[in-house]
Amino acid sequence: MEIPYTVSARPDTGLYNAKVGIWLFLASEVMLFGGLFSAYVFLRVGALPGYWPHGFLNVPVGTFNTLILIGSSVTVVLAWAALKMRQFMRYKFYMAITILCGILFLTIKLTYEWPAKFHHFGAFIKKDSLAKYEPYLGNNYLAAKGLTQRVEITGDLENEDALKDDSITEYDIRMDAVNADPTNPESDRPTFWQRPVSDKVAKVDKADVEYASMFYPRHSAFFSTYFLITGLHGLHVLGGIIVFTYFWLPVGANLYKKNPEHLANRIEVVGLFWHFVDLVWIFVFPLFYLL
Amino acid sequence: MEHPPSEHSHAPHPDTAHHVDQHVKGYLAVGAVLGLCTLLTVGLSFVNFGTQNANIIVAMVVATFKAGLVAAIFMHLKSEKWTIYRFLLITLVFAIGLFALTALAFSNPIRLN
Amino acid sequence: METSTTIHSHDPHEPHGHGAHEEHHELGFWKKWVFSTDHKMIGIQYGVTGLCFLFFGFCLMAMMRWQLANPGVALPFFGPLLARIIKNDGMNSGGVPGVMTPDFYNSLGAMHGTIMVFLGIVPVAFAAFGNFVVPLQIGAPDMTFPKINMASFHSFWVGGVIMLLSFFSPTGPAKSGWTSYPPLSDLADPGGGLLTGQTLWILGMVFLITSSLLGAVNFVTTIIQLRAPGMTYMRMPFFCWVQLVTAFILLLAFPPLEAASLMQLMDRVFGTSFFLPHGQTLSNHLVNVSGGGSPLLWQHLFWFLAHPEVYVLILPGLGIIAEVVTNNTRRPLWGYKAAVGAVIGIGFLSFIVWAHHMYLTGMGAAVSTFFQTTTILISVPSVIILTCLLLSLWGGSIRFTVPMLFATAFLPEFGIGGLTGIPLAFNSTDLYLHDTYYIIAHFHYIVAPGTIFAIFAGVYYWYPKATGRMLNEFWGKVHFWGSVIPMNIIFFPMFLQGMAGMHRRGFDGGRTYDLNKPVIHFNTTILHAVWMLGLFQIPFIINFFWSIKFGKKIGNNPWNSTTIEWAAPSPPGHGNFLEPVACYRGPYEYSVPGHPVDFIPQCDPQGPRTDAGAHGH
Repeated sequence: MEIPYTVSARPDTGLYNAKVGIWLFLASEVMLFGGLFSAYVFLRVGALPGYWPHGFLNVPVGTFNTLILIGSSVTVVLAWAALKMRQFMRYKFYMAITILCGILFLTIKLTYEWPAKFHHFGAFIKKDSLAKYEPYLGNNYLAAKGLTQRVEITGDLENEDALKDDSITEYDIRMDAVNADPTNPESDRPTFWQRPVSDKVAKVDKADVEYASMFYPRHSAFFSTYFLITGLHGLHVLGGIIVFTYFWLPVGANLYKKNPEHLANRIEVVGLFWHFVDLVWIFVFPLFYLL
Repeated sequence: MEHPPSEHSHAPHPDTAHHVDQHVKGYLAVGAVLGLCTLLTVGLSFVNFGTQNANIIVAMVVATFKAGLVAAIFMHLKSEKWTIYRFLLITLVFAIGLFALTALAFSNPIRLN
Repeated sequence: METSTTIHSHDPHEPHGHGAHEEHHELGFWKKWVFSTDHKMIGIQYGVTGLCFLFFGFCLMAMMRWQLANPGVALPFFGPLLARIIKNDGMNSGGVPGVMTPDFYNSLGAMHGTIMVFLGIVPVAFAAFGNFVVPLQIGAPDMTFPKINMASFHSFWVGGVIMLLSFFSPTGPAKSGWTSYPPLSDLADPGGGLLTGQTLWILGMVFLITSSLLGAVNFVTTIIQLRAPGMTYMRMPFFCWVQLVTAFILLLAFPPLEAASLMQLMDRVFGTSFFLPHGQTLSNHLVNVSGGGSPLLWQHLFWFLAHPEVYVLILPGLGIIAEVVTNNTRRPLWGYKAAVGAVIGIGFLSFIVWAHHMYLTGMGAAVSTFFQTTTILISVPSVIILTCLLLSLWGGSIRFTVPMLFATAFLPEFGIGGLTGIPLAFNSTDLYLHDTYYIIAHFHYIVAPGTIFAIFAGVYYWYPKATGRMLNEFWGKVHFWGSVIPMNIIFFPMFLQGMAGMHRRGFDGGRTYDLNKPVIHFNTTILHAVWMLGLFQIPFIINFFWSIKFGKKIGNNPWNSTTIEWAAPSPPGHGNFLEPVACYRGPYEYSVPGHPVDFIPQCDPQGPRTDAGAHGH
């Protein structure tokens, strides 16, 4: 006996098996990302003043990536629609665009966004030493304005050996604009376009540093959460790309010849997964890039 | 029982092809709205609504609206079956429970006085 | 298309279908025994693998009990052998072969818990019995997603192997409890990289969680979509109901732990601080991390899974017991509707009680009150189910078959386990009892003479369906008595030890504290009972394998049961049923007044169309 309701719907539920299965899976994914977003909230709310940064992520690039993903959501549903209307070449066209959008999203993330972070440096200044680095932190000015203190000096690390070599006692940091000019009102809030690294170099004593590293996941709770959530999200994007590619190849054409409705259902099911991935990003983008 | 293989046809599936065709224009429209909302989110993030909490709420409202569109239109949730609605309702309750009860625990520590 | 190599092709009993498209070709060794997509084979794979892990977990516990009764004394015979293969001198404390180090004792505790829960009970009670029985009971040819089913099994055993390999890690296996609390779990085995036992534990968990999630999707979809015509939800056997709820629990509760596991993995491998606060020290030195994390965050995310997980551990057992009790009392389940409502209630409430494991973490009055309330509430549906099972015995014509012996023992033992949970629900009494042996006794009563007895009942009950032969009844009874007596000798004294104040996870058996003096002697009694319990599993193991070839042969329905799995051949072939089945009545139409036979099978087209509970209660 064959397994019933793989393509046609069961009368009382009105659903075919894979649709029930994918929604159950998506329910578990809601709980997965829900757990991650909960962690984000509690780590952020629990962060000491000044320890949760703003303006470190590239907003124009993030916006572009968001639009790419939204676009791919449109094209995948158009691909499914084409299959329902039995327009196979149209399906292949829209599916190709969907796959390319996904690849573009990942490429931007992995070749530009993440490496840019890994080459950036930050040093958290010890509480007792904050006054010493006032010219780079501007905390008096911030306190007067009722804004949160700054505890970190960031920029390009000129002497990278300092990270490994304990005999080097200071970090030479070519500072970001915000540390180069901390009392400029422009530095109060993040800007849309990232301001370029300045020419000013700060010499920061290691003894004054609570913790310093490149912008790796271990740098701070913010980056840990950012890399984990965007990394896991990226893995999901990759998974979607792989499955879409599988159905774009001749396998898809063969299934279409045997039973086009079956292929349409499969694309619908993977499409639901893809929309969910887009949905997660719709929340990730403002929470990390904008707020 | 399963439909025997001979039943599949290359003609559009009788029930839904017609509706699907009408919906294509809808998908493109929703896509455009989502794009605009994205730009709106970015723009609004540079407007100060008073407190940081207010800024967050505004951004989340727009994000929820976008997510709602994706869910209702692209994921066909608007016309889905009750079985699926039940799954999602249960999930929502537990997701909110996870977050709210943990928040309650963090915000209600033991007091020594 | 392969032509059939057997004589089935013209068999009039072959399932009608697409004729030449049917898979009547013989499957090769790998497709039949290793990469099977048939739910029955997958169920057996889960069952045998899971039982092996249960036995391994038992051995770990036996080693721990030796240490507690005879601290610092070398484990006889096995000790020196292990001293050579366990790294870090885990069994070679102070250079004396066979003597356990405190670290290794901790590892044994952590791994015993992890293995019993995730590699033993869940795979056997949920996955093995569920996979084998549920499709048959609802009249389906297989699960909805056979390939995903196979993937779920392979993910499971890979996770298990990773857990086992962690014993050979240079730094020793995980040693932070099955609960893996940070900061210890973040910082244990520092500098060891990916191959430390603690990290391998996390990797193993990721595979096990994936396996459970895949399985859960399959179970829910199958039960919703593949019920035979006429099988409404309220005509499903109680076992299918518990499997449905259990699958939902796994589906929705595991992902936050997966999230937390990824965070702990990043803490250990990438040096992040999800769970490490500012100023974290280790051996009086500041740890070189950024800080900003929260150890409590792990506890919330962990217990969000782990509390529903304990219901995952018991619910399938309750389902098995319901099947065995109804069959052997020749009566319907008393209060079927109430029992179904109660299972759903347990499923829901189980998600909002978790912080009763965290009463000692400094939670305030409001949040503690909330969790106390929901925890006490959840005892209600649990009692309802137990009451239904107990009342099902009333007026029954009880046959004390081996499954029924285990089921009868299950009932009071589960009662003891459940009732001893009541003082733990309140934070005031839990303040005293938390982390003592009382807790260990409480939950072991539920899983050991609880679920494990249900598993044994299930094995004796469904073994004939899976193999076509009965397990030997005499040795089954020996197995029963040799299990139920030692089980109680092992766990009952632990209540006394706990109430005296003896802490759990203590390497020295409680000798550090004078308050334990009156109850330390129980450690020796318990150890003797452990040997006895282990000894009496041997007849079971021999029986299990011997009966495959030499057990008494039986037909479809040796127990004269009503549920649909007994309408299939023993063992069922591909596609399960010789003809499509439909459901005409409730699941427990036993002793229907006026009917000549004391049972009416659910799928028998002849006979009255009634529903469970339509007559009687």
